[in-house]
Amino acid sequence: MTKAKIKRSILARVIPGLTSLVKKGPSGWMVILGMIIVTAMVVMTVIGPSVAPHDPIRSDSRLIRKPPSLQFPMGTTHLGQDMLSRILCGGSIMLQVSTFSVLVCFLIGVPLGLFSSYVGGVFDRACSLVIDAIYAFPGLVIAIAISAMLGRGVVNMALSIAVVYIPSYFRVVRSQVLSIKELTYVEAARGIGAKWHTIIFRYVFPNVIPSIVVVATINFADAVLTAAGLTFIGLGLGVDVPDWGRDLTSGWAYVSSGAWWIITFPGLMIILLALGFTLIGEGLSELLNPKLQR
Amino acid sequence: MGLRSYIITRILLTIPTLLLLLSMVFLVMRVLPGDPVALHFEKRATPEQMESMRRALGLDKPLWAQYLEYLGGLVDIGYILDHGYPNLGRSMYQTSEEVGGQIFSAFPATLELAIYSMIIASVIGVLLGVASSKSYNSISDHLIRGFGTVTYAVPIFFLGIVFQLIFGVYLRWLPTSLRINPAVDPPATITGLYTIDSLLQGNLLGFFESLKALLLPSLTLGIILSGMFIRMTRTNMLETLRLDFVTAAKARGLKESTVTYGYALRNAFLPILTMMGLQFAILLGGAILTEKTFSWPGLGTYIVDRIDFRDYTAIQGAVVMFGLFVTLVSLVVDILYAYLDPRIRL
Amino acid sequence: MPLLKVDSLAVDYRTSRGTIRAVEDVSFSLKKGETLGLAGESGSGKSTLGLSIIRLVPYPGVIVKGHIKIDETDIVKLREHEMRSIRGRKAAYIFQDPMTSLNPVKRIGAHFIELIRTHEPNIGKEEAFERTKTVVKNLGILSERINDYPHQFSGGMRQRIMIGLAIALNPDLVIADEPTTALDVIVQAKILDLLESLRKVYGMALILISHDLSIILERCDKIIVMYAGHMLEYATSIEMHRNPKHPYTQGLLQSIPNIELFDQKLVAIPGSPPDMFNPPKGCSFWPRCSYVKKICRVKEPPLIKVGRNHFVRCFLYGKKGVHVERNRKS
Repeated sequence: MTKAKIKRSILARVIPGLTSLVKKGPSGWMVILGMIIVTAMVVMTVIGPSVAPHDPIRSDSRLIRKPPSLQFPMGTTHLGQDMLSRILCGGSIMLQVSTFSVLVCFLIGVPLGLFSSYVGGVFDRACSLVIDAIYAFPGLVIAIAISAMLGRGVVNMALSIAVVYIPSYFRVVRSQVLSIKELTYVEAARGIGAKWHTIIFRYVFPNVIPSIVVVATINFADAVLTAAGLTFIGLGLGVDVPDWGRDLTSGWAYVSSGAWWIITFPGLMIILLALGFTLIGEGLSELLNPKLQR
Repeated sequence: MGLRSYIITRILLTIPTLLLLLSMVFLVMRVLPGDPVALHFEKRATPEQMESMRRALGLDKPLWAQYLEYLGGLVDIGYILDHGYPNLGRSMYQTSEEVGGQIFSAFPATLELAIYSMIIASVIGVLLGVASSKSYNSISDHLIRGFGTVTYAVPIFFLGIVFQLIFGVYLRWLPTSLRINPAVDPPATITGLYTIDSLLQGNLLGFFESLKALLLPSLTLGIILSGMFIRMTRTNMLETLRLDFVTAAKARGLKESTVTYGYALRNAFLPILTMMGLQFAILLGGAILTEKTFSWPGLGTYIVDRIDFRDYTAIQGAVVMFGLFVTLVSLVVDILYAYLDPRIRL
Repeated sequence: MPLLKVDSLAVDYRTSRGTIRAVEDVSFSLKKGETLGLAGESGSGKSTLGLSIIRLVPYPGVIVKGHIKIDETDIVKLREHEMRSIRGRKAAYIFQDPMTSLNPVKRIGAHFIELIRTHEPNIGKEEAFERTKTVVKNLGILSERINDYPHQFSGGMRQRIMIGLAIALNPDLVIADEPTTALDVIVQAKILDLLESLRKVYGMALILISHDLSIILERCDKIIVMYAGHMLEYATSIEMHRNPKHPYTQGLLQSIPNIELFDQKLVAIPGSPPDMFNPPKGCSFWPRCSYVKKICRVKEPPLIKVGRNHFVRCFLYGKKGVHVERNRKS
């Protein structure tokens, strides 16, 4: 298929989907708004480095803490780096960390939840007990504990955040599976001798997907915020890449001397990114929640 | 079943949960790759120095022995009676210091912050949630929901810094750090909560000063947390307002406020209360960030400092403390729930 | 002077999918002490009609046209707080499902005391409590149970409590919406009897809403047959039983099984109620009517007087119409 045909077929699916979302009222608008924000952020991440007017890492001691101007529309940092360029390039690492952590979370939490709830019995009870204990624990504290033991780095931060959210996937999947498990069509499938993995993946899993998507979007938002939080505490990435969380943290010291721009722009970007995911997640969960539908 | 037997059963159930929790903390802190002592010294010490620290902290014993010592320390009643706090080992940074003591002296500050933040979050959350549900699909409903969504996406420390900027630096109305104005003496310790202690002693100056210092941090944490509460209250209220007994109450000509609060909210409140209890864990996470922002000398600051010092026994102790705190709160919430809902007990 | 007079009432539900006319052009009157039955299938608008009399049509419902006069006061125009003093005191409503109509966290006695003290704020707690005990006793409930919670009572008992709450302040009008549908047959009769005896003692007017025409025929002075929001027939119960005019009414009467007949074939009215988002043009009943004529599909029939206390909305009657006598089978 030619590129044009592929594009057309994707659009053919996406556009009616989007218009039906708009018709669904405020919840639908939330999802669309969220998707626009997230897409814009991703695009910015991708083209950022090429569009940035200055080198985001290059520091210049003569340009320390300059307020926003024509040359530096968002001012400069305490190291004389151009804020705008850092903003354009700073989302990338944050997206990487959150994407990685959501993936790990998903790949562990969902299969575990499916398997555990399907198998049932002692295994399921034991798993649930452990998962519930993790779930009840303050997330940031877990992330801190693991991060402190593993040390700095992108992978380590992603892993420590991932552990916190595995229970969310597990619980959502498990509750869905438990409610579906006893339904007749699953019994019927077992009756005709379908193997358990077929039952799980062809019957149970498709029903679970909507809830997982909702959890994943909220997970993304949380991952972004937790990553920023860990950086703020000092368990950051340790690499010298532009990072919104890092700028927010280092800019804090200069706030009282009036250099408001160093923290404001990174802060707003983090809020925007988290907001984008949250809007999608909340909008979707409202659309999928039958109780609120009239 | 009766309330009393429910309470007893519930307390007994806490024990296995606690055990699990403590074991998991031990797992993370000791079993994960990384030798705490080596990490502490960052490889800048001689093997003898590392070995002597290991011996001093009991880290040279086999893992299962350490595990038993760890659990044993926590239930060592004699130690608790002697010191007033459980045995959580000694600090790596200052090997003569008892971690338990340090934690217990830092804890009240966090408790006070948590209580006030929870109050602010609940009040804002419930009031706005109720208002939002009553005016379903109106502009104020959308605005309130928008507020709730946005607050969820704001990093706590960012809001804290903004508040510090506005109220502390530009307007100079409120202090931006510490629990009380350094010029004023802190109240004598009864509960450890400055506001309560100063009230109990009739120390009005102390009360106001500590309240002023509490205001920004608890407002920050409270506002961020309220987003969740608004949404929960609104959803629960919307469901409850549609139930038959609410319409039946209106059909009897009862006052609007009676129906909203006495019928709808009172019934919607129970699931909200449980959610609030679960949110407590998130509150503690937020408290750590808030404490760092406002230099609030609580458990959060303690754990953050200890990370800098690479003091792993202290970090472990603090994590245990957080876990204990959350378990206790969820216990209290469950009992409260049973007390408020007659159907659970019978 | 009638206690209740409803004139050309119309009620809409403005949903996101479209607007439904749940009640269309309904007019009737009710004297003090009379009973009126509202009969019809689910979705016929009878509950909406009942709720609009105390102005409690749920969102997104709106009263769009007409007057509802209780003792000469048009309640459609009243302010909310004035309406509130009418509800529970002058006009009371009994809901269908007793299992969900009471506040689960409030004791039974407290329900009554709250009701009494809301409408008569000068009454002290003691007196309110005494009055509660009296009412509860009249319902056939032991007074020790005043401090019990709703979930400790059975469905039948809870409906008695609901009735008690409705009559506690001696209202002039009671509207009972399917008061027995959620209960089993034996309890049904007891509840209806209780309602009737209390009604006689206190001299209240009663509007009984039900899909069970046999109950309505037995216990009501007047009857309105509702279909798709329209009032199809309005007559005294004796008239309606002896001389049903509208094909729908005839169909309903025919479908009531007769316990004394053996080998009885159950007769049903063919078809099903219309989709209210897209009601049929003309007479709303024409798709199911065996006497349908061309004009029925095009124009809505007006309400025509066919007897001293008998009104029908059907093109079979009136100057242009042809009278159709019911075929007697028994």
